[in-house]
Amino acid sequence: MSATVFERSRPGRRAFSPPPLEVPPVDPAQLIEDRLLRRAPPALPELSEPQIVRHYVRLSKLNYDLDSGIYPLGSCTMKHNPRLHERLAALPGNARLHPLQDARRAQGALELMWRLERALAEIAGLPHVSLQPSAGSQGELAGVLLSRAYHAERGQERPLVLIPEAAHGTNPATVAMAGLRPLTIKSDAEGMVDVADLEAKVSEQVACLMLTNPNTLGIFERRIAQIAEIIHGVGAILYYDGANLNAILGHARPGDMGFDIVHFNLHKTFTQPHGGGGPGSGPIAVSERIEPYLMVPRVTRGEDGAFALDYDQPRSIGRLRSFHGNYGTFVRAYAYICSLGAAGLKDVAEAAVLNANYLLARLSDARVAQLLPLAYGKLCMHELVLSGAPLRRELKVKTLDLAKRLLDHGVHPPTIYFPLLVEEALMTAPTETETKETIDELADAIIAVLDEARSEPELLRSAPHTTPVGRLDEARAVREPVLRYRPEQSAAQAQRAADG
Amino acid sequence: MSRYTAITDADRAAMLAAIGVDSVEELFAAQIPAEVALQRELALGDLQEGRSEQEVYEHLSALAARNVSVEQEVSFCGGGFYDHYVPAFIDMLCERSELLTPYTPYQPEVSQGNLQIMFEYQSAICELTGLEVANASLYDGASALAAAAYMAKGQRGEGPILASAGLHPHALQTLATYARGYGCPLVEVPLAEDGSGRTDLKAWRQALAGAAGARPIIALFAQPNFYGVIEDAPALCERAGSSEAPLTCVSVDPLTLGVLAPPGAYGADIACGEGQPLGGRLDFGGPSFGFFAARSELLRRMPGRIAGQTTDNAGRSGYVLAFQTREQHIRRERATSNICTAQALNALAGLLYLVWLGPRGLRELGELLLARTAYARSRLLAIEGVSALYSGPCFRELALRLPARVEEVRSRCIEQGINPGLALAGLTGREGDQEGLLVAITERRTRAQIDALAGSLQDALSDIVPLRAGGPLLSGAHR
Repeated sequence: MSATVFERSRPGRRAFSPPPLEVPPVDPAQLIEDRLLRRAPPALPELSEPQIVRHYVRLSKLNYDLDSGIYPLGSCTMKHNPRLHERLAALPGNARLHPLQDARRAQGALELMWRLERALAEIAGLPHVSLQPSAGSQGELAGVLLSRAYHAERGQERPLVLIPEAAHGTNPATVAMAGLRPLTIKSDAEGMVDVADLEAKVSEQVACLMLTNPNTLGIFERRIAQIAEIIHGVGAILYYDGANLNAILGHARPGDMGFDIVHFNLHKTFTQPHGGGGPGSGPIAVSERIEPYLMVPRVTRGEDGAFALDYDQPRSIGRLRSFHGNYGTFVRAYAYICSLGAAGLKDVAEAAVLNANYLLARLSDARVAQLLPLAYGKLCMHELVLSGAPLRRELKVKTLDLAKRLLDHGVHPPTIYFPLLVEEALMTAPTETETKETIDELADAIIAVLDEARSEPELLRSAPHTTPVGRLDEARAVREPVLRYRPEQSAAQAQRAADG
Repeated sequence: MSRYTAITDADRAAMLAAIGVDSVEELFAAQIPAEVALQRELALGDLQEGRSEQEVYEHLSALAARNVSVEQEVSFCGGGFYDHYVPAFIDMLCERSELLTPYTPYQPEVSQGNLQIMFEYQSAICELTGLEVANASLYDGASALAAAAYMAKGQRGEGPILASAGLHPHALQTLATYARGYGCPLVEVPLAEDGSGRTDLKAWRQALAGAAGARPIIALFAQPNFYGVIEDAPALCERAGSSEAPLTCVSVDPLTLGVLAPPGAYGADIACGEGQPLGGRLDFGGPSFGFFAARSELLRRMPGRIAGQTTDNAGRSGYVLAFQTREQHIRRERATSNICTAQALNALAGLLYLVWLGPRGLRELGELLLARTAYARSRLLAIEGVSALYSGPCFRELALRLPARVEEVRSRCIEQGINPGLALAGLTGREGDQEGLLVAITERRTRAQIDALAGSLQDALSDIVPLRAGGPLLSGAHR
């Protein structure tokens, strides 16, 4: 493994040269009480700039990345990130704009936000948008808090939130953070919400139902109108988790399905570079009845066409973070919508769904389907979930082993072990930006690995073999936690290596 | 087909044949009921038609040109986000495909670069704060405080959350929203009446001891606080020593930690804060990152991703995401947080910035900020009628009281190309802040610029104040 930046440090090296002081020096001890001052400097590494650059360029080469190949993680929508967006986000008028610049001198930024809000409203089929949430999970929190506020104003305490079995983990975690209790709704034999179970559990104790549509199995909830009627029938709110919005862009709108609140994942549907784990962005769109509770500030447009930020919203739930949201992601999302237009957005969903179904068709090959069948249904939307249960049963090879062996074939594996209701799940979404050829390569790789599973299963169980490191011991990372660099650990490791 | 998709007519025909349907429409019609399908094209107004890359560039650059950036005026705006210099190599590294475009490292064997970066970042944050464990980033400084309070609820159970009035107003508002959610009352402790601008220590101690009824689960303050004032942090972290004592959490400005004591040294349980000063862009407020560190006993309650070192099946050292059983995708409603996607790329910039500074650079930059702020303070307080809003020592930001309407003064300075800082009245709503101007000094603000600010403020005031004939502020001669 590569030495850490701390191990590359040598006392006396430096990359920073301070600008001239220009003013009389100040001794901190003259100004600040002694007990408030730092005694020993932090043990940050000391390197020259060329060393720093080389260290991180080397580290970067240990990563798989979307610019190098298909990244078919289900639920993640890893579509191409146009470089135009990076150029636009880096313009000084965007990147060097202070968040508290006076509104009248940030008109371009506010107009961009206003325009993005209008476009997202139309895409969601709901009239009002707040761009503030930092990512999907904060959008969800906004949604649950808005539902609570809505009921509270009607004098109702509703402690429950309904969540389907197949839901993302963020849904129940969010519900708990919002002070409510999740109640799980079963899935039926087709992988959709079990309407009978929903009817049995729905009541005036329910604040809202959180639903992804298409759901995490890549299946469109066909009975959505009926579900909406059931939920609205008890006065509850219907919440749309936007993780899978890519599948229906321009073909169907959550608002038309009866949803009251929608969150968008700009880092999925509207292509933000994922950065190895963020930043994301999780704007929400809401119906008229939810609008009074939206977060502050709101972007407004006056009669004179001037844009402003409105903090005066007495019924608002407040704010969820500092400033106005992840503006840099708004620039990228807005540029993306400008590039595509209405027809282009519709084409996104078409290509995503066509690509996913083509992959499914390729994987319906008997060589695959015997060991790795589609978990539910026959067609899919933008993603599909296979079950490795037969593979495990018949060949004692886990989905994890299959995924690790795919790495040796040079493709990033799909999401594994999610959704939880599918045994040995393998969940994949090729996205619209992949070509037929890359999808064929992915299917060929899966077929080849399954052939290997039959002939030489150990090859999978001990995979990967060609990556910078082999299969890593996750249990050990918890049993013997090493969560930061310490010089003494490094010495002990060097000793172990020398002994070994 | 747009320029980002690649399905030719021939591809489509072959793919549909393989699927066994006649058209793409059929794929949708078979799955989405007509009653909820959109029967028209999206109506996007002037965005209806797709545009060429060049047209999109021109449209968005025209929008960006209507913003006044810190390149176009001498800006003394701070209030949480600061105009610090970011070295070029940080941009270069953050734009590399291998760092820009991977997902969260779910397959560690092909994500060792990112995982090691997370590990190094955590190590740097631990060094900086003097605490034992750090996560790999949260959304921003304000929501990091809310995450700390949620952690305290998990650790201590029900009870009030104590917050110093010196916290950033957005942090206080964010805390209020979150705390209402998880059902903990938020109790604000005011600033001291001695004019120091520090948290009222007596009221703080009483509140910590549970004077308001139930004993608090956590006590949160900022170092330096929103007004730039350096708090008596060790005193704010003192406690009875009982295991039931409230957790203490400090939201700390990372760039002060070359000079100011690290939170671990004065007994804080949690240190978090806004990461933007560490190599972040202004970006009109985001994305940035929130950093989060704690004592090791709190590890299993930590929110967010944590990278850990381990070994592979050949005994080689490597990195994985550790303690995932805390997280939402496994623990669901019992998770320590709902966070999933965080701010990895911004945290990388933060790590690169800290490595760039190194221990000496952090100290040198801190001392430079302190010296320039002291210089600005003496220059600005020499202006007739201008006084310090608070008397306590300050770091990189100072609050002034102006003898005229702040917005009027600001407008006049801005006309001269100098944005003198933020009007406190628009931010805090606190009564004493009505005449307050918050001035931020970074290393990019030179002595000449500080002198120009002083001149501009003086000019503005001498133009405005005489208009208030007979007012008490006219006691002295101008110029």
